[in-house]
Amino acid sequence: MIRVQRKAFDIGAEIAAISAGRTDIGAIVSFTGLVRDINDGRKVTGLSLEHYPGMTEKELEKIEAEATRRWELQASLIIHRYGDLALGEPIVLVITASPHRQDAFEAAHFLMDWLKTKAPFWKSEITSNGETVWVDERQSDLAAAERWKETPSI
Amino acid sequence: MKILYFAWLKTKLQMAGETLPWSEERADTDSLLQWMKSRGGAFADVFSNLDVIRVAVNQEYVTANTPLAEGDEVAFFPPVTGG
Repeated sequence: MIRVQRKAFDIGAEIAAISAGRTDIGAIVSFTGLVRDINDGRKVTGLSLEHYPGMTEKELEKIEAEATRRWELQASLIIHRYGDLALGEPIVLVITASPHRQDAFEAAHFLMDWLKTKAPFWKSEITSNGETVWVDERQSDLAAAERWKETPSI
Repeated sequence: MKILYFAWLKTKLQMAGETLPWSEERADTDSLLQWMKSRGGAFADVFSNLDVIRVAVNQEYVTANTPLAEGDEVAFFPPVTGG
């Protein structure tokens, strides 16, 4: 399940919703990304997220489908916000549910590493001296995504 | 063809997008990128370093030269920074 939205989300409510009415789920893992106050040495006072409506949803669906192919997932949820966000606000939520914890942990890790390099969102930071700075992609994010590349079996 | 610009491309070009008729001189993504540069001004500046431009055709990433058709949606944007 994918949601791209402006408004904030309630992590507790989303986790409860994933297992509501089910007794076959053994493990639920969640990750929340928040707006942080320092980036690359700059003091950040706010964050703005632009996205590509249509392509954003398609890419997140592809990423989720890939996780479902690789791990045993009974349910998954990605919520990603766009628009103007204040410090401390949640940006992204990833939840995975599985009979066992290994698949839930790995799938959640994979979903975050892939969406950081594939989902068409662009962040701009408002800094403490009033400037707007476009955030650059990080080599560490590209390296993190590379880790999940499947090696073809010979 | 519907052309879309995102992030700093949109800011520098001062437009979110435009409509261009299909033409021989921009029949594929490589030619379209070269044609963008040739428009001069802000376009020449924005498209001067293709290493930091990503391309999507009909909402799918393309990494190699791709033929274009009338009615295609082509988007130009920087490397993504979501999550």
